[in-house]
Amino acid sequence: MLPYSWLIPALPLLSFVLIVFFLIRSNKASSYTSIAAILGSLALSVAVLAEVLGNPQPQEFAINWIFMESFKLPMVMYIDPLTAVMVVMVSLVASLIQIYSLGYMHGDPRFARYYAYMSLFAFSMLGLVVAGSFFTMFIFWELVGLTSYLLIGFWFEKKIASDAGKKAFITTKIGDFGFLIGLLVMFFAAGTLNMAEIFDKVHHHEIALGTITAAGLLMFCGAIGKSAQFPLHVWLPDAMEGPTPVSALIHAATMVAAGVYLTARLMPLVITSHTMAMVVAIIGAFTALMAASIGLVQNDIKRVLAYSTISQLGYMILALGMGGYTAGTFHLMTHACFKALLFLGAGSVIHAVHTNDIQEMGGLGRKMKTTAATFFIASFSIAGIFPLSGFWSKDEIFAVAWEGGHYILLVVAVLAAFMTAFYMFRLCFMVFTGKPRDQEKYDHARESPKNMTIPLVILAFLSITVGWVGIPWLKHGYGSFVFFEHPHHVAPNYILMVISTIVALSGIYLAYLMYYKGSISPVKMAERFKRIYRVLFNKYYFDELYMATIIEPTYRLTEKLYKFDLGVIDWLVNFFGDFTVFLSWIQERFDTYVVDGAVNGLGYTIRAFGGGLRRIQTGQLQNYAFVIFLGLVVFILLRFL
Amino acid sequence: MFDLAFYILAVLILGSALMVVTLRNIFHCALFLVLCMFSIAGIYILLEAEFIAAVQVLIYVGAVTILMIFAVMLTHQLTGKTIRQVNDQPIAALFIISSLLVLTLLALSKTTWEVASSSGVSPSATELGRALMTVYVLPFEVVSVVLLVALVGAIVISRGD
Amino acid sequence: MTLYHYLILSAILFVIGMYGLLTRRNAVGVLMSIELMFNAANINFVAFSKFITPNEFIGQIFSIFVITIAAAEAAVGLAIVLLIYRNYKGIEVDNINFMKW
Repeated sequence: MLPYSWLIPALPLLSFVLIVFFLIRSNKASSYTSIAAILGSLALSVAVLAEVLGNPQPQEFAINWIFMESFKLPMVMYIDPLTAVMVVMVSLVASLIQIYSLGYMHGDPRFARYYAYMSLFAFSMLGLVVAGSFFTMFIFWELVGLTSYLLIGFWFEKKIASDAGKKAFITTKIGDFGFLIGLLVMFFAAGTLNMAEIFDKVHHHEIALGTITAAGLLMFCGAIGKSAQFPLHVWLPDAMEGPTPVSALIHAATMVAAGVYLTARLMPLVITSHTMAMVVAIIGAFTALMAASIGLVQNDIKRVLAYSTISQLGYMILALGMGGYTAGTFHLMTHACFKALLFLGAGSVIHAVHTNDIQEMGGLGRKMKTTAATFFIASFSIAGIFPLSGFWSKDEIFAVAWEGGHYILLVVAVLAAFMTAFYMFRLCFMVFTGKPRDQEKYDHARESPKNMTIPLVILAFLSITVGWVGIPWLKHGYGSFVFFEHPHHVAPNYILMVISTIVALSGIYLAYLMYYKGSISPVKMAERFKRIYRVLFNKYYFDELYMATIIEPTYRLTEKLYKFDLGVIDWLVNFFGDFTVFLSWIQERFDTYVVDGAVNGLGYTIRAFGGGLRRIQTGQLQNYAFVIFLGLVVFILLRFL
Repeated sequence: MFDLAFYILAVLILGSALMVVTLRNIFHCALFLVLCMFSIAGIYILLEAEFIAAVQVLIYVGAVTILMIFAVMLTHQLTGKTIRQVNDQPIAALFIISSLLVLTLLALSKTTWEVASSSGVSPSATELGRALMTVYVLPFEVVSVVLLVALVGAIVISRGD
Repeated sequence: MTLYHYLILSAILFVIGMYGLLTRRNAVGVLMSIELMFNAANINFVAFSKFITPNEFIGQIFSIFVITIAAAEAAVGLAIVLLIYRNYKGIEVDNINFMKW
């Protein structure tokens, strides 16, 4: 089975090609083709997972793609337990979201194109996951970025959407640039980009530590960009301008997880280089805390979820930075489920009320029972309530911090968990409970169609149960399957469990008090901590900061360059133009008087001769006779004298 | 006796020939042409070619000259004295003919002819006729065809329409 | 009388005819001049026949052919003159210049 795993990304690619070239006119055919392809990928992924469960040894398959005499760049596939888990996760979430999109995107004028993009994305993401060399991975990495750009700007008639697409593309490209340079450094250091070979060389200390740190950190830049970590996190909230299923699939569950996946793949480097580990962990922790704090005060339902995503990704990065390979990837998996569910739930709500602003919602739980129920399940899961998935994975991260002695990071993580619980339930209470704030929108709201709610239910089930594979007192759980170097068995840490539960419950209780019972007024709180509130509401002024430090100077520089262009380059160009005109003027004179003169002179001369000779041809018979006899006389003269 | 006849005939020939090429009246020219042809027939008799002399008289003096006189009379206005009869190259023509004459005479004076002794018997019309019908029958027939073609051609051309 | 006398006579007659050919404007006059030249040639033939080959009379036979051709020439030439007269209302040779390009 494993050698055929290239089919997993190939099926969506086939679907993309089919849709683009043949089915673009038929909404039904294109959507069904796309869904069939991704379901095929899902089946293959499950088969691969089953096989890998039986034999967890990493395996490598190469397809020769570019090869010159001494230089080979094969398309390598690398299948290990992490890959197997990731392909199942990606294709599962992608399938559910594509089914969900049948309802959500219904009636969109570019429905078929949407499914073409979705297939292209599935191809790129699955290709990224199975890639076995960093070069192959980079190709898919960029493809994923491209599809993200296409889908964020899917409703490109809205300027804000197309701007968001550009912003996402450019911002992630900054990280990708670092990734590329890191690849080059690694290639010069190790002479290969094949993951297995690189890790072998790192393991045997064949590469200098400084080089490892430099290359690792540069490649981690790619992860920072793609996973929206500080300081390149600004694109993800704006990316919410895309269709909500896209946000769920790409900007919550899968693509943004690619950065985490890359970091997990870089684990040997992280373990080797202490500096790199510290940088990764600190960036993760800071991002987790910062994004969670921003999420406290945002009013756009999707933006809250976006900051939540950033925060949770920060968690994963933090875990990986602390060496928690199992914990980080475990959280990645559970997070994909409940975050996709949250986004799809939000999409369902937006579908019903046609607004993103939670201040215009309220009481929707009475009308949208399935959506509300699944949304609450996901919120409990993300808050880390026993025994839902989020509890187990978050606990695992805390445990890693505890075991490693990173107490400061542990405190930060716990603080972020508290905030997470708070803002998630702020969202739940404001949207689904209480009185409708906008009666008209409330009246029009109704439950979404079946093809939207069924994926919600499936994801809710997964949000509850997926985490159970990693329950600490399980002998052959997730930790004994996906691990780095040694199976990771965290001893059940009851203290941490209690602490995390208390933290989560207190966050929920605070939200309950403020937004359900109303015993603490949110407005008064905002008044009281006015300064903090404003900073948080404005997202720490990151956009403004970037505007002032990077974009504005760039604009000013371009203006200067424009003036330089006008003043110097245009002048030079004009000067050369004028000079050329002058030269050609001279040449024209030369042509007119010398060349033409010669040609015409020749013509005139020949004409003059001809004019002279013409007189000989008189047409007079007797003239001709005269000439004939003259010839006779001459002949005789020559003959006889 | 023969010498005298030769000189008289030569004077007649050359004189009438000069008249033919110089007189303004084309009709007079034609008459002088008749005289010239007669004199040439006389020369043929001096040369003991009586048959040729007879043919000369019949064809030239009879047929050709009469033809010309007819043509002259058909094309009126030819005899008018007002019409210039000489084109603008008589001097050049004189130069050409005098040089040609001089050259011919020079060539004659330089050439030695192998004069054979005559048997004294002139060929009769019978012998000429036999020769034409035996040895020279092919050129004879070809000439006949040429004459026929020329006659037909002359008719076709002069019919005009 | 020697051959030379006849040849000189014939040469003079020939150049007189040539003079007419070169100078007469009248087309009939030109034809007459040509007849003079034919006759000059004929005198030559007959004279050669008499003095060079007195027993074979080739010259005489040739002069018969010449006379025949001359008659044909005169007939065709006069027909052409008539045609020219009809088309040009005149038979001045130097007015006919359609041989000019």
